[in-house]
Amino acid sequence: MAVVGRVSGPVVIADGLDDAKMFDVVRVGSLGLVGEVIRLVGGAATIQVYEDTTGIRPGDPIENTGQALSVELGPGLLKSIYDGVQRPLDVIQKSLGDFITRGFVAPPLDEKAIWEFTPTAKVGSDVTPGTILGTVQETPLILHKIMVPPGVQGTLKDLKAGKYTIRDPIGSIQTGAGTSPVFLSQKWVVRIPRPVRQKLPPTIPLITGQRVIDSFFPVAKGGTACIPGPFGSGKTVCQQQLAKWADSDVVVYVGCGERGNEMTEVLATFPTLLDPKTKRPLMERTVLIANTSNMPVAAREASVYTGITIAEYYRDMGYDVALMADSTSRWAEAMREISGRLEEMPGEEGYPAYLGRRVAEFYERAGRVVTLSPDGRTGSVTVVGAVSPPGGDTSEPVSQNTLRVTRVFWALDAALAQRRHFPSINWLQSYSLYISDLEPWYGSNLAKDFIQLRQKALEVLQKESELQEIVQLVGVDALPEREKGVLDVARMIREDYLQQSAYDDVDTYTSIQKQYRMLRMILTFSSREQEAIAKGAQVGKLQALPVRTKLSRMKWIPEAELASQFDALELEMSAAVASTATGGA
Amino acid sequence: MASKPARVESKVPIDYRTVDRVTGPLLFVRDVQNAAYGEIVEISLPNGERRQGQVLDSRKGLAIVQVFGPTMGMNVEQTSVKFLGEVARLAVSDEMLGRVFNGLGEPRDGGPRIVSENRLEIVGNAMNPYSREEPSEFIQTGISTIDVNNTLVRGQKLPIFSGAGLPHNQIAAQIVRQAKLRDSNEGFAVVFAAMGITSEEANYFLKEFETTGALERAVVFLNLSSDPSMERVVTPRMALTCAEYLAYEKDLHVLVVLTDMTNYCEALREVSAAREEVPGRRGYPGYMYTDLATLYERAGKIHGRKGSITQLPILTMPADDVTHPIPDLTGYITEGQVYVSRDLQRKGIYPPIDVLPSLSRLMNQGIGKDRTREDHRGVADQLFATYATGKDQRALSAIVGEDSLSAIDRLYLRAADRFEAEFVNQRADEDRTIDQSLSIAWDILADLPDSELKRIKPELVEKYRPRKAAPPA
Repeated sequence: MAVVGRVSGPVVIADGLDDAKMFDVVRVGSLGLVGEVIRLVGGAATIQVYEDTTGIRPGDPIENTGQALSVELGPGLLKSIYDGVQRPLDVIQKSLGDFITRGFVAPPLDEKAIWEFTPTAKVGSDVTPGTILGTVQETPLILHKIMVPPGVQGTLKDLKAGKYTIRDPIGSIQTGAGTSPVFLSQKWVVRIPRPVRQKLPPTIPLITGQRVIDSFFPVAKGGTACIPGPFGSGKTVCQQQLAKWADSDVVVYVGCGERGNEMTEVLATFPTLLDPKTKRPLMERTVLIANTSNMPVAAREASVYTGITIAEYYRDMGYDVALMADSTSRWAEAMREISGRLEEMPGEEGYPAYLGRRVAEFYERAGRVVTLSPDGRTGSVTVVGAVSPPGGDTSEPVSQNTLRVTRVFWALDAALAQRRHFPSINWLQSYSLYISDLEPWYGSNLAKDFIQLRQKALEVLQKESELQEIVQLVGVDALPEREKGVLDVARMIREDYLQQSAYDDVDTYTSIQKQYRMLRMILTFSSREQEAIAKGAQVGKLQALPVRTKLSRMKWIPEAELASQFDALELEMSAAVASTATGGA
Repeated sequence: MASKPARVESKVPIDYRTVDRVTGPLLFVRDVQNAAYGEIVEISLPNGERRQGQVLDSRKGLAIVQVFGPTMGMNVEQTSVKFLGEVARLAVSDEMLGRVFNGLGEPRDGGPRIVSENRLEIVGNAMNPYSREEPSEFIQTGISTIDVNNTLVRGQKLPIFSGAGLPHNQIAAQIVRQAKLRDSNEGFAVVFAAMGITSEEANYFLKEFETTGALERAVVFLNLSSDPSMERVVTPRMALTCAEYLAYEKDLHVLVVLTDMTNYCEALREVSAAREEVPGRRGYPGYMYTDLATLYERAGKIHGRKGSITQLPILTMPADDVTHPIPDLTGYITEGQVYVSRDLQRKGIYPPIDVLPSLSRLMNQGIGKDRTREDHRGVADQLFATYATGKDQRALSAIVGEDSLSAIDRLYLRAADRFEAEFVNQRADEDRTIDQSLSIAWDILADLPDSELKRIKPELVEKYRPRKAAPPA
C-alpha cells in the first residue's frame, strides 16, 4: 500500500506508489485530500496536494485514482461557480457551511438535474469526434450542443429524445472496438488542449463597449491580450467590464488567487446585470472559477487550466468564448511556490525555468478555429490575462513572458489611476497588433474612415505628449494658437472620450456606432477649430463656447437617439466654431 | 472557525530526546516516525523551562520543528521534545474581552487563563467565496480623506501604508476611537494584535483604549520587539481566530488592528532563511503572498451571520518604498490602502494622508444615495482630479513661475492648496460627519467654474454647489 513518506507544506512524497503515472490524481490521508503526481523518482512519487496538508503525517495512506486531473463537461456548467479543481462552491456551502473544509468531493455537474434532449443526428449515420448529436437548452441564452467526445468514431446505433440526467445514456455509437454509450457529459484532461481541425486568422474584433479598447487597441475574437498594471490601477474592473460587455457568447471568468470580496462582487452583480442584446441575466452565459488567494495554492495552479478547458468545450460547439484570467501572476507564483518546495533549480526571480513555456502553452490555447466536427463550424476562445507585476515594473519575468506571446497590450498606468482617469489604459504605451487584420472588418461593418480617425486621434495624443515637454519649460502661453488647439483637442479626447465610468449606467457601455460618432465629432471639431484658428480665432474663445459643455456630455447621449442627436450636435458645433472665426477674431 | 478539527489521532505523547541539530529557530528531531505536518510540540529545556514549537516538515525518522521563542539554552543531549498530537489552537470565550495576552495567546495581564471547551484551530479554513456577503455598510471614521475619498466599509481590509516616523499609530487610534456606522447601536469589539512593536507604541495604544473606554470591548495580543520573533508568525492568527469567534459566534462587529505587518514578514523571512528555502524577492519566501493572503482574507462578512470582521493592518514601508515586497504583496491582496505621506507630514498637515495613491476598492458599494449622499462619488472623483491637476500646476509653476499659468490653472493651484489646508488637515480629535466633509469639499470645488466640474452629474452640481461671489481673480 502506498503511504506518505514526507510532508512539507503542499508537497507530499509518497512511498510505494508503484503504479503512478505522471499527473495522476491521488487521494492523500484519511481525509482523502486531492493531489496530483508531479515527479517520479524510483519508488517515490512527489505529489502536489490541492488542499491544506496540516495534520498529514508519514504513514498515512495514499490512494491512486489512475486518472489525470480532468474536468467534467456537460449541461449545468453555466451559472456555476467552481474552485480551481472544479468543485462547485455552492454545493460545498450547502453541505459544509461557510468555510471550506478539506477532502470534500462533489460532482462538478448536478447529477440529479433533468435535461430535455433533442436529437439532431440521424441513427445510422457516421459520426466523428465533434459531431453534434443533439441539443439541450442549458439556459435561455445558450443552446448546449451535445457532441461526440474526442476519440470516439463510428456509426450512430441508437439515439432517443427525452429527459435525461448527465448519468443516463442517451444512445450509443458502434465503434471498431464495440458499442460505446453516449452521455450528455464528457470528461477531458485539463492540461491537454482539446483538438481542433484548423486555426483561422483573427479578422473579427471582440466588441467590448469600452471606448479605449474598441477604438484604439482592439482585440480580435480568438486573440490574446494582457493587462499588466500595479495594484490599484484598475485591472480587475477592466476584466469585469470585459466579462460583462464583450460580445462573446460565453464568458469564463477565472479569479485566480485574487480577493474573496471581489469574487463576491462578481457573484452579486452578474445575476443582476442584463446582457445588452438579449436582456437576460449575464450569469446565464457565464462560468465562474474562484480560487481566492487564501485557498490552496496548488488548486490555484490548476484553476487556469480548468477554465480554459471549459472555454474550449463551448468553442467546440461553435460559440465565441471569452476567458478572463485574473491574475496570471498569481498562477505563476503558485508555480514558483511549488517549484520551490520541490527544491528545483530556480530561474529568474525564483520562478521555475519552465515559466515561459507554460505561459506560452496557455495562451496558445486561444484562437479562432475550425472545429473537429465534419460540419466545419467555427468557434473562438479569446484570452485576456491580467498580470500583476511587483511594483508595476513590467520588466519582471511574468510580464515579459506574457508580452512575448500576447498580441494586445493594455498598459495600465498608476499615474492615470491616481487622478481617476479610468480605464487607466495608457494610450502611448499600449498597442494592438490586430489592427491590420481587423481593418477590413471596420471598413465594411462600421465606416470606411474609422481606422483613419483612430490613427488621427492617436497622432493628436502623441503630439500632445511632445508639446507637454515644451510647456514644462516655457509655459503654455508661449505656444502658438495652432498648438494650443492641439492641446485642447487632446484634452477632449482624453477626458470626453477615453475616460469612461464603469459605474455609470449609460457610460458603462458604448456601442461601436456611438464610438465612431463620438470620435468623428471630436476630430471634426479639431478640423473646424484649426480652420477657425487659421482665420484668427483664439483658443480661449473656442474653449468658452457653450457648445463645449454639450460635447463633453456626448457620452450620455442615449443609444436610441444616436443618429439624430449627433447630427444636430455636429451642425451646432460647426456653426459655433465658425462664428468665433468671423465674429470674434 | 466552524471547522472540523483536523483529525490528528490522539496518542500518548512520547518524549523524544533525539534532537540532532539546532539551527536558528529550528530543531531537527531524529527517529520520529509520524509527526503530523503542523503538529504542536512542547520542548523541555535542560533547565526545566518549556517552550512551544510546530512541525514544519515531517518524514520517517525526522521532524523539523520551528520553535516559538528563542532556542537559547537548548542543547542536543538533554532537550526533550513532546509531540502533542494536535495542531495549534486557541481557547476562546467572551471573557477575552478586556484582556491582554501575549503573542501565543497566554495571559499577559496577570489574569487567569481562558478556560473554554471551545478551542479553535488558529489556521482558519478558507471562507467559501460563495458564502461571502458583499461589504456595503459605510463606516464613518470622521477623517475626511478616508470618508470622502477612500471610504471604509464593514468587512473590508484596508491597510495603512506608512513609513518610519509617520503618525500611523495616531491615525489608527483615531479611527478606532471614532469609527461608527451612521444610525446604529450594534455591538462592536476591537481586536488588537501587536507584532514586534516597541513597548512605548504598545503603551500608547493601551492608554488610548483605556481613556476612551475601548479597552473593555477590546482583546489585545501583544508581541513586543523584545519578545521572541518566532511568536510573531502566530500572533496575527491568534488574533484573527479570536476575531472570527467574536464576529460569527457572538454577532459582534470586529475591527482588527494588526501592527506592524512589516515585522511579521521579517519573522517569516527569518524562518524561511533558517529552513534554507529558495528565496524570492529580497530574501522573502516565495510563498509570502499566499501566507499574507491567509491573514488578510480572514476579513469579511458572511451571508446570514450578523457579525463582521474589518481589518486595519499597519505596515511601515522600508525606505518609503511602495514597491518593496511587503507593501506590494499586501496591496495586491487588500481592498485598497491608505497612504501616509512624508511630504504632507513635513508641511505640518495631520493626518498626512495622500489621497492620490490611496484607494478603497469597496467604496462604491458603501456610498451614494441612501448610504452616504448621492453626490459622494462625483465629489470624490472631482476632488481627485482637481488635486492631481493642482499638484501638476504646482510643479509647473515652480519652473515657469505662477504668472505664466493660465487663469484656470491658477484656480486649480489654489484649489490644491485649499484642499490640503482645509480638507486633509484636521485635528486629531476632530470627528467630522460625512456631511461636514462633503461641505468642505464643495466649498473648495466651488472655486472652479461649472464647466470644469466634469466628474459630477450636472443636476447634482446644480443641487449641491454653493453659490458664492466670484473668487478674486
